[in-house]
Amino acid sequence: MALAATSVFILFLFAALFGPLVAPYDHTAQDAAQRLQGPSPAHLMGTDNFGRDVFSRVLVGTQGVFYLGGAGTFLAAVLGTALGLIAGYAGRLWDEAIMRVLDVLLAFPALLLAMVLLSTVGPSDINLILVITILYIPMFARIARSMVLDLRTREFVEAARLRGESRRYILFGEMLPNAVAPLLVEASIRFAYSIFLVASLGFLGLGVAPPSPDWGRQVNDARTFFDVAPWMLLFPAAAISALVISTSLMADGLRRVFDPSVEGRRR
Amino acid sequence: MAPPTFQVQDLSVVYETDSGPVPAARRISLSVDRGETLGLVGESGSGKTTLALAAINYLPANGRVKQGASRLNGLDLLRLPKREMPRMWGSRIGLVSQDPRSAMNPTLTIGRQLDEMGCRHLGLGRREARDLALAMLGKMGMSDPPSVVGRYPHQLSGGMLQLCAIAMALLTHPEVVILDEPTTSLDVTTQATVLDVLTELKTELQTAALYITHNLGVIARVADRVAVMYAGEMLETAGVKALFARPLHPYTLNLLRCVPHLGAGARAERPKDGKASGITRAAAAEADASGIPSARLASIPGSLPPWDDLPRGCIFAPRCPLVMDFCRVSRPPLVEVEPLRWSTCLRWQVLLSDEGRAQAVSVETRAGVPPLVEDTRSRGPLADGGLQPSQEAVSVPVLEVKDATKAFGPARSRAHVKAVDGASLSVPQARTFGLVGESGSGKTTLARVIAGLELPSSGRIFLAGESLKPSVGARGPHMLRRLQMVFQSPDGSFNPRMTVGRALMRPLMIMNRLDRKNARERALELLEAVRVPASHFDRYPSELSGGEKQRVAIARAFAGDPDVVLCDEPISSLDVSVQSSVINLLADLQEEAGTAYLFISHDLAVVEHLSHRVGVMYLGKLMEIGEVAKVLAPPYHPYTEALLSAVPVPDPTAASKPVRLHVSVSSSLGIPSGCRFHPRCPRYLGDICRLQAPPWRLSDGRVIPALAPTSAAGPDRPAEAAHSISCHIPLEELVRLQGAG
Repeated sequence: MALAATSVFILFLFAALFGPLVAPYDHTAQDAAQRLQGPSPAHLMGTDNFGRDVFSRVLVGTQGVFYLGGAGTFLAAVLGTALGLIAGYAGRLWDEAIMRVLDVLLAFPALLLAMVLLSTVGPSDINLILVITILYIPMFARIARSMVLDLRTREFVEAARLRGESRRYILFGEMLPNAVAPLLVEASIRFAYSIFLVASLGFLGLGVAPPSPDWGRQVNDARTFFDVAPWMLLFPAAAISALVISTSLMADGLRRVFDPSVEGRRR
Repeated sequence: MAPPTFQVQDLSVVYETDSGPVPAARRISLSVDRGETLGLVGESGSGKTTLALAAINYLPANGRVKQGASRLNGLDLLRLPKREMPRMWGSRIGLVSQDPRSAMNPTLTIGRQLDEMGCRHLGLGRREARDLALAMLGKMGMSDPPSVVGRYPHQLSGGMLQLCAIAMALLTHPEVVILDEPTTSLDVTTQATVLDVLTELKTELQTAALYITHNLGVIARVADRVAVMYAGEMLETAGVKALFARPLHPYTLNLLRCVPHLGAGARAERPKDGKASGITRAAAAEADASGIPSARLASIPGSLPPWDDLPRGCIFAPRCPLVMDFCRVSRPPLVEVEPLRWSTCLRWQVLLSDEGRAQAVSVETRAGVPPLVEDTRSRGPLADGGLQPSQEAVSVPVLEVKDATKAFGPARSRAHVKAVDGASLSVPQARTFGLVGESGSGKTTLARVIAGLELPSSGRIFLAGESLKPSVGARGPHMLRRLQMVFQSPDGSFNPRMTVGRALMRPLMIMNRLDRKNARERALELLEAVRVPASHFDRYPSELSGGEKQRVAIARAFAGDPDVVLCDEPISSLDVSVQSSVINLLADLQEEAGTAYLFISHDLAVVEHLSHRVGVMYLGKLMEIGEVAKVLAPPYHPYTEALLSAVPVPDPTAASKPVRLHVSVSSSLGIPSGCRFHPRCPRYLGDICRLQAPPWRLSDGRVIPALAPTSAAGPDRPAEAAHSISCHIPLEELVRLQGAG
């Protein structure tokens, strides 16, 4: 299952990397003669209300999803992990300060918070990435912190203290390598969520500015034409769900590889 | 003759795992009659638990009985349909597991759980079931069963809980009871009480019992017959006295020689008259007769054969000192070599003579292993800061602890507990100070305070006369290098994401300021010195066995050429045959490097074997301190006396000592007033013990009141006197009492 999901994910990854090169049409090219055509050998997923090729737009749209979700998740992972490590190791005061602030962030529904932030600063690629980062920092921080709290009493960490290692080495040399697996699993789950978030924001008009082929915006644009051209909505929507599902299944597989006890419990 | 109550025939068990089938037990037969206890001994991986669980059809989901039968009074348990089994378990078959905490439901009172046995299996009403439960707990020797049944498991001490679990298993008078390491997680004094209860009940209830343990001392106390298992097969079975007196399999013989015997004498300052400890001289005498110096324990080289590549011949052949070519041809069966004695060894007759036994015991020597003491080249620039072995150094203790106290929890609150309370001790160069005590005695906390991993609440620590900063972070590399630690758990001691080589190079680079190349060279030397193959350098800790890991942990502690190594129960999680080689290694390294040890253990025999001086701790306070031979001979502190008499000696002919401590009912912490041992003291005097802290009584006749400041006592504080006891009873009186009892 995880293997199939991974292959789907890799397919999307290729689309993101080489989409613009392999796309049969320019994703912005309008062709009034070919408006709202159904799927055909020439237009695999049909065309939209401007006569643009839906397949090309979905293909090229992959790039934005990977770029925005990927960069946001990555930044959140780096910052969140750092905050979590510090909170877990630096003592009660820092711990309380950092974790309470993050708790406040967690208290808001993700989509609502994203909308508030984006409508304040205005939608742009950078802002979108930063919003994703802010939203996901708490999850990574929590995981990193709990790993530190577990690891700091372990004897190998005490052995490191006994030989006079610096705090920085203990955190990043001794502890972090042991936290990488759960963080990686979390990152892949968050990435799946971020795809959804980007699409949702695009649907609400807070995503990437047109004419960029954003999946969420495509779904929104297609709503009005659903009864005459359902393919316009179906294919971008299918792309969203396929990528989200395959990514989370892959995360599940990763977890099983890193933590064999999950497998054992299934019996 | 009627068939035995419980009979296992030709049983083989396979576990299906991700890495293929594991034949965990192969073609094993055994039988237990009513009123009889069969001891099943073996190290981890011997398949003893697997065998027992398979025999009562209680294997985990991935286990499968490949062949064989298991009959309980003629009924083959393995042919019964699965749904019939729950009726059998509990009523006709009892099971007591190692950990009573996980065996009991934490949300139900003990009474409810005991009642259920009576209601479900005996068809009793609630009230009758409760009466039966109370009666059963009374039989366990509990003084106040009604107070126990009203409690939840977390409110009971581990020992009390295990007694309840045993009561639960025996409540329905099952025909057979499986006892799977029931005392392994308990303190030695509690274990002694549990073993007493089991021995008594065995006679009274006439239950057939299968007692599984790795502890030879326990086996000698409880078993009538013994079966020795190794790597999933049975190697020898015999009556308990015959087996301990004259083992007829080299594995059994080596196992017996792997454990230090309490009373066998220490490495140094061994009493000449040999009567000093009065425990068992027989064992020591026998060890001497076979030509093994008692200073060195036997150890079994090699490791268990891999499951997917079992030897064709004798399963023990790859590790056997007596192996011959014909041993490797085919698997020898278990045959009755003498009346009532079965052994698989083809050369069992060799073991009948003293010379043969000496030949069959493998004692690894230090020959051929490069010494640990290195030349100055690899010691690095900091080497000069180290202690030079000189006359002066011997007179100044390398490690000195003065009045160390460690309290947890906020002061004046109920949670305020002094885990260590005013401990003073000193260790000279190349000497071992053994620290014994039960769990919760504060011995590990004391070591952590010395190491600087815990900040002391008060007290000072000196390393070769220099005052040590309390926190490890403030000590600086030249101090850290001289004080290192070996931890209890070999698994936790290493970063799972770091190779063995890196784990060894890191301290060399940090503390000795060696560069990469020199550190690597020295790390390889260290590996060789602790007899771990150099090929393990690039492996991850998970690829090493427990014993290997602990050797590498020792190598790591020795990397900086330390003056003092704190050993916190370094062998307690290892198998018997591996323990002995680690003990030997520690002794060898001490001789070569002149290192001082603080050796913490709950195992008195090991402490006696390794230590020069001993301190006995109870609830954070030292009760007795002195030279090992003096501490282990009368006069004892009443607590030491109880500890000594509780230790199960691997000699079934040894008389059981009568001093027992009652098992504390409650799990709650709390330090008694006056002498903190008074609530359990078998020699309790009265109000004085309850109200006043006891004075230190020194062997030279002086008495130091408890409240006197240590400095007022002059240079001969209890920590340095030949022998001191903290007790209200005068020494002469203790001698009189203990000589008689």
